[in-house]
Amino acid sequence: MSYIPSDLLFTSSHEWIRDEGDDTVTIGITDHAQELLGDLVFIELPEVGDTIESGGEAGVVESVKAASDVFSPVSGEVIEVNEDLVDSPELVNEQAYDNGWIYKIKLADPAELDGLLNAEAYTEVVEADEH
Amino acid sequence: MPFIPHTEEEVRQMLDAIGANSIDDLFDEIPSELRSFSLDRIPDGLPEMEVAQLMHERARKDSNVHCFIGAGAYDHHIPSAVWEIATRGEFYSAYTPYQAEASQGTLQLLYEYQSMMAALMAMDVSNASLYDGASALGEAILMAIRAHRKSKSKKILVPRSLHPAYRAAANTIVKNQNIELIDIPFDETTGKTSLTALNEYAGTDITALVIGQPNFFGVLDDVDELTRWAEENNAMIIAVVNPLAMSILKPPGQWGNNGADIACGEGQPLGIPLSSGGPYFGFMCATQKIVRQMPGRIIGRTVDLDGKQGFSLTLQAREQHIRRSKATSNICTNQGLMVTAATIHMSLLGAEGLARAAAASHDKHRKLVSGLSAIPGVEVKFNTPVFNETVIRLPKKSSEVLESLAADNILAGFDLADDYPELGDALLVCSTEKQSDQSIDLFIEKLEKIC
Repeated sequence: MSYIPSDLLFTSSHEWIRDEGDDTVTIGITDHAQELLGDLVFIELPEVGDTIESGGEAGVVESVKAASDVFSPVSGEVIEVNEDLVDSPELVNEQAYDNGWIYKIKLADPAELDGLLNAEAYTEVVEADEH
Repeated sequence: MPFIPHTEEEVRQMLDAIGANSIDDLFDEIPSELRSFSLDRIPDGLPEMEVAQLMHERARKDSNVHCFIGAGAYDHHIPSAVWEIATRGEFYSAYTPYQAEASQGTLQLLYEYQSMMAALMAMDVSNASLYDGASALGEAILMAIRAHRKSKSKKILVPRSLHPAYRAAANTIVKNQNIELIDIPFDETTGKTSLTALNEYAGTDITALVIGQPNFFGVLDDVDELTRWAEENNAMIIAVVNPLAMSILKPPGQWGNNGADIACGEGQPLGIPLSSGGPYFGFMCATQKIVRQMPGRIIGRTVDLDGKQGFSLTLQAREQHIRRSKATSNICTNQGLMVTAATIHMSLLGAEGLARAAAASHDKHRKLVSGLSAIPGVEVKFNTPVFNETVIRLPKKSSEVLESLAADNILAGFDLADDYPELGDALLVCSTEKQSDQSIDLFIEKLEKIC
């Protein structure tokens, strides 16, 4: 069972969201997602200034065996991206919830956070996945 | 790898297993208005003997002619060893093998090809080839759009002096994808891309500038100046070059301050015979920075568990079998056999041999042009350095001149009247190192009589 921090929000497509409290959120992919993907070799980041719709594509994570889209769980403007991932994509494997963050968004509609999964609900998603 | 067709019974079993009634059912996904059900213009099959006779008849038309047509396909000398080796059983396949890593020899050959092309273009990486020069440009444009994410305009500046067939093919490939190809006129005196025209777009959002070297008129463009223009205006640079010419000219990787981002073109001058128009192969090189946006197959060199050298397909996550509809391209193959020949050709000639072939082609062409331009009424259209082709103006209707010379088995050049009516009665004439002095003298003598 992969690690699921209790203070984050999640999506069923395995993104995590940290509410920074100032109408901005930090987004990454979960520990479970990185386990499924295997060793990551490349992360395509969104551009700072891009406006992304909820459910839209924000980037791509590429491992030795697959490439998957990162879907944005919320709408808003990209205000920062994790440039460290350009040279060190393995940070997502090693520290999915910390230095492996992917991008930050200024929320267009903070109410969108209410529609996300809490750790408990996401644990159920992962457990269903594993069976 | 033998080709073993399925028996009717096997086909039936497979259809039953997936619950389909007929092979046609498998195509139900495709809307019927997009399908061409009948192939009216495809003739019925012929017996082998009749096919052989027909092909011999057609091939005969290509022999005993003095050909001065270039316009994208060039009759260079190909050492006999090239096709002798390329058609050996070990190499003779049109396909990238499906169990790629089981065919280490093929992968090594493709790896060597990529290394040679990257060196010739002075670029970081090469793919294992594309279909031809024209579709390579289309792919390069799509690649630039994917790679240049800061640019939102999807506007591509394409010189009118670029091969008309390349422009048409690129347009077909990109026209339904909200990409705008903008024509940039050429300077009427020099035949080079007009910087004045280009400057109308200065300071605007342009995704990429295409630069041809030499351009369709054979003219050598100011590639450094054009590249710097694109760099200043944050546009990507797509080089479309004759690979043989790059053995003596400054390669795309060294243009301007930082070089072109993508270099592509037609690989035919590297050991592929004219063959009435194909098959040829397209090539594409790029900078390491944007390699993940590159279409096609890429072979890498690695080591196995025992530390021994091995070759494998690499960066496959870009490709269709993994990325499905989001792949960089629907190309999941390459022109394997043509690339095999080109790799052997480049190996036999080496960097020095390629440069000598290019220089010899240029010399022969100068001899041709000096003779033609001495004919009263015939003039060189652009007074600009060229590689192995030149636009000449005729005092008579170009189509009639071509017809009249064809009666003497002289294919005098490519008539520019349809694509460039503003040039008047103009021919694009070419000569490679293969052209004999007698052929050149005959052409000059016969043209003089007509004009």
